[in-house]
Amino acid sequence: MTDVAAEPTTQVAVASARGEMPPWRLLLRRPTFIVGAAILLFWVVCAIFGHLIAPQDPFAQQLLATNKAPSGAHWFGTDQIGRDVFSRVLVGARSILVIAFFATVLGTVAGTALGLAMGYLGGTFDIVGGRIVEAVLALPLIVVAFVFVAALGPSPPTIIVVIGLVFTPLIARTVRSAVLVERQQDYLASARLLGENRSYIMFVEVLPNVLPVVLVEFTVRLGYAIFTIAGLSFLGFGVQPPTPDWGADISANYGVLPAGYWWMTLFPALAIASLVIAINLVTDSIEQVIAS
Amino acid sequence: MTTYILKRLGLALVTLWLLSVIVFFACQVLPGDPGRAILGNLASPSAVAALDHQLGVDRPLIEQYWTWITGVLHGNFGKSTQFSAPVEPYVRAALINSLKLAALAFVIVVPLGVIGGVVAALNYGRPADRIISVAGLSATTVPEFVSGIVVIVVFGVALKALPVSASAGAGASPASQFQHLILPAIPLILVLFGYISRMARAGTIEALNSDYTRTATLKGLKREVVIRRHVLRNSLLPTITVIATQLGYLIGGLVIVEVLFNYQGIGNLIYTAAKTKDFPMLAAGVLTIGIVYMVATLIADILYTVLNPRLRLGGAE
Repeated sequence: MTDVAAEPTTQVAVASARGEMPPWRLLLRRPTFIVGAAILLFWVVCAIFGHLIAPQDPFAQQLLATNKAPSGAHWFGTDQIGRDVFSRVLVGARSILVIAFFATVLGTVAGTALGLAMGYLGGTFDIVGGRIVEAVLALPLIVVAFVFVAALGPSPPTIIVVIGLVFTPLIARTVRSAVLVERQQDYLASARLLGENRSYIMFVEVLPNVLPVVLVEFTVRLGYAIFTIAGLSFLGFGVQPPTPDWGADISANYGVLPAGYWWMTLFPALAIASLVIAINLVTDSIEQVIAS
Repeated sequence: MTTYILKRLGLALVTLWLLSVIVFFACQVLPGDPGRAILGNLASPSAVAALDHQLGVDRPLIEQYWTWITGVLHGNFGKSTQFSAPVEPYVRAALINSLKLAALAFVIVVPLGVIGGVVAALNYGRPADRIISVAGLSATTVPEFVSGIVVIVVFGVALKALPVSASAGAGASPASQFQHLILPAIPLILVLFGYISRMARAGTIEALNSDYTRTATLKGLKREVVIRRHVLRNSLLPTITVIATQLGYLIGGLVIVEVLFNYQGIGNLIYTAAKTKDFPMLAAGVLTIGIVYMVATLIADILYTVLNPRLRLGGAE
């Protein structure tokens, strides 16, 4: 009885000790986090206000100025039908970020719920879930996404649902292992003895304790989502032209690379690279802060 | 240990069956029907229906699955709708091409990744470690076509040092084939380097902090001897698993690299099949990728058990 009573007090004590140095303060002291967050913020601003920032209309074709190399008038040059590459790169942040964000949110919410159930309920549920996870894992993410998107037709909602569903078992697996660790803790035994029902224990008692794991999974998966969406667009199964999109623009222009027109492909490629690297710097910092 | 391997084999079979169901149903919900895709938009509905009937795609799904899976078990993957010929020769040729590219990337990246990870671990927390870790992580997450394009721009267009197309043409000498494969291999190497070096780093750090390493150091062994005899042997064990799992990725994740460099491998095969709605070809290609991946994982698991004395002896008791 004393044990059960002592439990909440220790937790409060730990929380207040941590409260002196909130996690976000620790994050802000890491240069890698600052750099990553700054780049990410830049692209988020572009995604929201891209149309206002872009110096030119990303759709406007200047047929007298096609294939122009980077210059003062066109910082990143123009593409094969005379569109301003710089403007397209700025505006192109929107499609990839929006799709990646919603796909990752869907996968994280569904995966966390499934992982909680697999880890806490166990039994048949866990065994069947585990097999499905294995089967999904037996194929590279891009292949699964590409087969399903090809099947259902490429549209942003389809891509969101397909990537979200592929992420679900992957996130569920990680959450499941975190839940298995939590199951050993005394506070769950107390909750059970107090007669709390299963869903209350899963969502109110266990969930807050596995949230750090969920947060890390979210940022890691966001990086993978960007990777996959860019790949899908490149293969022609993602965002469709003429919408400005990095992957689709690369796909439309890489054919003229050997002819020396490198700018219309290289700049969107660098945009993708900077975005995924930024997300990784942020992820890496969050992981390290949680670990310490 | 035998029971473990048998159990592992059994599980792999169940997963394989699930995979075949997923592949079949995913390929079967492809938009439009194959008859329409082959005959084009101008064909009459009756001609499309007749061709669909001839291809057997108008029968119930369960029946189609049964026909397909029994065929697959007999080594018959069906007829390609784009070539009107059996699928197997195409899949086999594509798989061999992919294996060549994968092998080249692998031979380069495995030693590089292991050395990178070990060097990072030996310099734990110092700038060398941070650089290798962050660079590895970044290289891993940059999509292959992005690094592929950078590579093409730098080596193919600016320096004109290497060919930008992966296929050397029919009857090319092995040396020429090799030369054409160097650029496509680089994006794959970049992606794999991060995974392998990260695992090697983690394994080495764990081994460095272990009791047996401390004992070895305290009994006066030289640092090189401790590292070679005690640290590396233990740290490379988990790395083997990662290397084998990445073999599967390498073969499947080739899709983008093969399309970018126009190389006739298994990735390009499923890409073309999806574009032309060639259902038997797509299913066979994706299933092949799945099988290759699972065999690689299985080998890794068994190798891990055989190499790890704790598991080996524990299982023998």
